Amino acid sequence: MNMKYELVIGLETHVELSTNSKIFCSCGGHSSPKEANDCVCPACSGMPGMLPVMNKRVVELAVTAGLMLNCEISRYTTFDKKNYYYPDLPCAYQITQLNHPICKNGCVTLKTSQGTRDIRIKQIHMEEDAGKLVHGGNSSFVDFNRTSVPLIEIVTQPDFRSAEEVLAYLNKLKSMFISGGISECEEGAMRCDVNISVRPEGSEEFGVRTEIKNMSSFESIERAIHYEAQRHMDALEFETEELVQETRRFDDTTGKTFAMRNKETEADYRYFPDANLMPIIIDDEWLEAIKSAKPEAIDEKTEMYLEAGISEKEIEMLMSNYNIGKLLDDTVALGCNLKDTATWVLTDCAGILRKDGKTFSDLTITPEKLAAIIKMVDEGKVNRSIGRKILIAVVEDGVDPVEYCKAQGFDQKVDASTIETVMDKVISDNPQAIEDFKNGKVKAKQALFGACMKQLKGVADPSVIKELLDKKLESI
Amino acid sequence: MKYYATKINDKGNIAVDDTILVKGFPATAGSRILDGFKPLFDAEAVTRLTNKGYEISGKAHVGEFGLDLVGEFSHYSEKENVLCGASAELVAKGEVKAALGVDVNGAPRRSAALSGISFLKPTYATVSRYGVISTAASGEALGVYAKDTCAISEIMTVIAGHDEKDGTSLKNAAYDYSNNIDVKGTKVCIIKELFDKADESAKAKITAYADSLKSAGVTVEEISCPLFEIGNTAWQILMTAETCNNISRYDGVKYGYRAKEYKNIDELYVNSRTEGFNFLTKAVILYGSDSLSKNRYDNCYGKSLKVRRVVSDEIKKILSSYNAILTPVCSKTEYESYDISEAFVKVFEEGIFTSAANLTGIPALVSGEVQLLGNHFDEKTLLSLAHSVERKGE
Repeated sequence: MNMKYELVIGLETHVELSTNSKIFCSCGGHSSPKEANDCVCPACSGMPGMLPVMNKRVVELAVTAGLMLNCEISRYTTFDKKNYYYPDLPCAYQITQLNHPICKNGCVTLKTSQGTRDIRIKQIHMEEDAGKLVHGGNSSFVDFNRTSVPLIEIVTQPDFRSAEEVLAYLNKLKSMFISGGISECEEGAMRCDVNISVRPEGSEEFGVRTEIKNMSSFESIERAIHYEAQRHMDALEFETEELVQETRRFDDTTGKTFAMRNKETEADYRYFPDANLMPIIIDDEWLEAIKSAKPEAIDEKTEMYLEAGISEKEIEMLMSNYNIGKLLDDTVALGCNLKDTATWVLTDCAGILRKDGKTFSDLTITPEKLAAIIKMVDEGKVNRSIGRKILIAVVEDGVDPVEYCKAQGFDQKVDASTIETVMDKVISDNPQAIEDFKNGKVKAKQALFGACMKQLKGVADPSVIKELLDKKLESI
Repeated sequence: MKYYATKINDKGNIAVDDTILVKGFPATAGSRILDGFKPLFDAEAVTRLTNKGYEISGKAHVGEFGLDLVGEFSHYSEKENVLCGASAELVAKGEVKAALGVDVNGAPRRSAALSGISFLKPTYATVSRYGVISTAASGEALGVYAKDTCAISEIMTVIAGHDEKDGTSLKNAAYDYSNNIDVKGTKVCIIKELFDKADESAKAKITAYADSLKSAGVTVEEISCPLFEIGNTAWQILMTAETCNNISRYDGVKYGYRAKEYKNIDELYVNSRTEGFNFLTKAVILYGSDSLSKNRYDNCYGKSLKVRRVVSDEIKKILSSYNAILTPVCSKTEYESYDISEAFVKVFEEGIFTSAANLTGIPALVSGEVQLLGNHFDEKTLLSLAHSVERKGE
């Protein structure tokens, strides 16, 4: 190619919010349903006579997201109806925000291999999700479980210049929203529309823009951007085709995009204000309450973790799951050391879960219980390996750590003379092992150590036992 | 002649228009599109009445979605001899003590006037719309048909008040529906432009009513306000647009009527809706959809919202000098049948008398074949004025 081209990308990202109920009714939120249509009521299935009633938590989470993305928070926000027919949309309109979105004019800073870039956030608005169609045989079925699940849509200005920046942004949103309890961001809970155009480097004018709709995997988004960018550049450089403003879809199997509809045939959604929902007024008091409940910005949090000596890989783990990030923060808030607690969470808890074939989402231990274990270890009541034993019982059976420790007799101090007595008995009971040890068999020492440990019921500190045993054997 | 689309209880004392839901009983809204639909819950007003010991007699026939003049265009009236203004007639004949109706474009008020009974369309958002088959959410109101203002006061006191299931419902806990405040010295005005639209017999009703008010010590004056005309146009635009949107959920997919013949989802929609709606509803859908379209929105829907504000302010101004406005309910005192192809225009024309109350949310009381409009939440003045005339007639 002769010319150098520049990519210009803007994103619209839909994120499912972690609320207990749907946006306009009291049905459970997105994670509760198991079977099709078991999380549906007359309101979210579009029956006559039902009226939408705003879920306050949705407003709070949307505002929190706006604060995290440095947005202006609207003090007056309203809902509009977007009309279109599709069987997964029970009312034949979607309730969304057009005229007075909840957040505007934000900004997020990205660090990539190309340096840093500020991405301007145009707006964030609240809306309801649609249902799902399931096709089978000659019929299609509708599942309304997802209808009216709350979403926020985050719209950026066309400020991205590469796929790498787009991915950096999406990963940042994901970490932010997971650690902030805004969204669990699992598969399908974050969906993107990518607006893309290409222009000669240095040009101020935008090229012809196409929109690739509804992609949920970051990998697809990256591939789609690369494919679409190449298509645009080929069209400009070799005049392979005439670019038109249109909506396209990315096909995962072929790795290509294809046209869905162009500007002329684009639907007119006939937006208009929803008279069933009163304007929401966010006053100073409410805004302050949301602000004070807002979790720390992830940049500051990352900094704090790094300073405490937590590795980048561990931070990534902490940011990728709301449960463990919160467990860590809440345990630290109870007076535990940050780095130490991180090890308990990321090494010990993670190990126990892995052994049981579970994930961090299954972790039910409370910060109070974890803090109790850490304190027992810190105060020397039990050694660390006993602490870990207690942790296993807490994670697997939900026992109370202090009571469990007492019941198992872990908290009885064993002094050195008791250990010595036990050790002498072990030595006199195992003359063959002593003989083997003298003949240079390392395994024999291991067996003697094991026998001592067994006698001491795992109560004494293994390092102490090991030290004493070494001394004894040397003197033999 | 049939009054009920569904009879519920022979001993019942309250009828409800078939646009109001009663759990487990078919709700048709007079339309084929809701054929077979049975709601899973009671309307809030029905719940409140039954909790107080009232019993629902049945679902009275209505015109399709309550959009016509007096209930003449129900899907069921094509097959059977269905009565126009069924609820009003049930009340007039003494079959029930009162009835509930949904007023979106004046149909219950007109039926009440033609049957010689009363109907109160209360202030917007004072009675929950939970369980009302909605058409134009921004102006529709659930109201009460009864023979006299005493019965209206009684029923309104039961059904009005905050309901958290309706997001528009006002937080006020109690409203005053008394009909016996002293009206001596109050002032009522007649709008010249509305008076002039009425025929001689309707004019005579107004004049006679004004005389009765005067003899009760009320001052009655004629004033001019040309804004009712544009206010009506604005409401017809808002009403058709909102109705078009709210009834778009009746698509043959989930419940109600589905066409027998279709090859794909588009045909399922088109055929079900073509066969399910009557001509008037289709006209409403077309006008409404047009005024919301991208190229027309600013000049139609957007402008109507501005007109709503202007008319609201003007009426507020009038009602700061007068306690009530006296108007005709219809241009004629006798109902003349007509073809459904003329219905949209007929309803538009007659809307001049009724639409201001839907547009601005003020209460409207039909009594003695005339209409009284009042300030928001000031139903007591309207009921007391009407009661003073009722007493004279006794």
